[in-house]
Amino acid sequence: MLLTIYDFTRLTTAIHTWLTSKMGDTLVMLSEMVMVGLCTLTFFVVLCLILVYMERKVSAFMQIRMGPNRVGPWGTVQAIADTVKLLLKEGLTPDGADKLLFNFAPILVVAICFAAMAPIAFGKGLAIWDINIGVLYISAISSVGVIGILMAGWSSNNKYSLLGAMRSGAQIVSYELSIGMAVLSIVVLSGSLKLSDIIMAQESGWWIFRGHIPAIIAFIIFIIASTAEINRAPFDMAEAESELTAGFHAEYSGMKFAMFFLAEYVNMFIVCAIGATLFFGGWMPFHIGGLVAFNNVMDFIPSPIWFFGKTFGLIFLIMWFRWTFPRLRIDQLLTLEWKFLLPISMINLLLVTLIAIMGWYF
Amino acid sequence: MQPLTNRSVQVKKRQMTLIERMYLPAIFNGLIITFKHMFKKSPTIRYPEVTREFAPVYRGLHVLKRDDKGAERCTACGLCAVSCPAEAITMIAEERQPGEEKLYREEKYAKVYEINMLRCIFCGLCEEACPKEAIFLTTETVPSMYNRADFIYGKDKLVETMENRVDVSKRQDTNVHLND
Repeated sequence: MLLTIYDFTRLTTAIHTWLTSKMGDTLVMLSEMVMVGLCTLTFFVVLCLILVYMERKVSAFMQIRMGPNRVGPWGTVQAIADTVKLLLKEGLTPDGADKLLFNFAPILVVAICFAAMAPIAFGKGLAIWDINIGVLYISAISSVGVIGILMAGWSSNNKYSLLGAMRSGAQIVSYELSIGMAVLSIVVLSGSLKLSDIIMAQESGWWIFRGHIPAIIAFIIFIIASTAEINRAPFDMAEAESELTAGFHAEYSGMKFAMFFLAEYVNMFIVCAIGATLFFGGWMPFHIGGLVAFNNVMDFIPSPIWFFGKTFGLIFLIMWFRWTFPRLRIDQLLTLEWKFLLPISMINLLLVTLIAIMGWYF
Repeated sequence: MQPLTNRSVQVKKRQMTLIERMYLPAIFNGLIITFKHMFKKSPTIRYPEVTREFAPVYRGLHVLKRDDKGAERCTACGLCAVSCPAEAITMIAEERQPGEEKLYREEKYAKVYEINMLRCIFCGLCEEACPKEAIFLTTETVPSMYNRADFIYGKDKLVETMENRVDVSKRQDTNVHLND
């Protein structure tokens, strides 16, 4: 039923067979790893440039400003100019800092972003590593990111950095729970932790439409909790420039700072990609169960376009939040999670389970 | 405490209703407001390419006008200097010699005419005091310079050239007719 012309499995298997015909298994493995790594790296850099530009433009339009409009047409090259500026800056390490941890923290944060990217399907048959515990893997890996932030905050030898890092720790530990519950409700509906299975389960309609109101509640909780998880305003307690100067990255400059910056945007992409995969069917085109003709028309739009369209829609939503709401206080933040989101998501999970068992979804 | 007027009202802190305490309608309204902003035209003026239009009666840098034949209108009567509240204007008068009729309109002219732009408050009283329609303020602004001495504008900077005359028609008093 799904069109095969946009299937990337053929491309990947063709490369694989060609490599196997040329060299041994270990070398094939190694060269494939290098290829995938290079692709991911390029993708990250391009993604970051686009996201930084998008954020600045979205914020500008929401505040009725022009945004970057000097460098290149409509300011499109602004992000590159910023990167060059950061490259030329001195990567200062403070005297009192723990040198090893201080320099290792940004690398760790970026490395975790890279790792979390692995199971995401960018298109049909276009995933780096489609493991059977994909969802679990992502939620496990993404919570490791807080270690990098704690490391940065501790090793900076700066009380504001440490406070920011500690807040970030408290925040991620709390919001992991409701993110887990929201993700679990979709896992219950599709009956698999594997991301490709979850996508295929949405062939007759995305879960947000098929799962009734509980799925919508799960999506709202997911988007709130993931905004908190990636430390973005209105939940950016780890940075909170009005209280903590810049929080955990107050002592960082130059490219080390840029790596935190990159990690923040890639994290945003990852949570939005997960949200798009779980609730909006990832690369799955917009299908309505039963309407064969309509579904076939939708299939003509390539799957990566669907995936990136949905993901960027969610990214816009998160940016929209950032430029609308004021920052929460740390106690309000924890109250929101423990007293409201967590109980709601627990009850919601029960409801979703009931729906899944009784087969009430469409 | 005794109220001074009968307008004072006791402020009551109202309990928020359930819907208000949920914050959801407020959150939704906030999102709608920022979304609407996206389609509004930004009031930004893209400065180096576009400059803000000054009002025609903006009081900026002075100009000493010439008449249509190119002779200076100023007769060094000193009314501008007298009217100047900041005492920014000084001048030295000189008698017109035979043969200089093309240069100066009347028998007396200003040999030196200086305005200290640091003292000037751009009130426009000199313009108002001038009986000969000789001095006007323009929409030009005083540029920044490194030395205080540079801000003392002499006749070399103030008197308009015949090649590019300064249009003051918008601020000229139409009741005054000079035999130009």
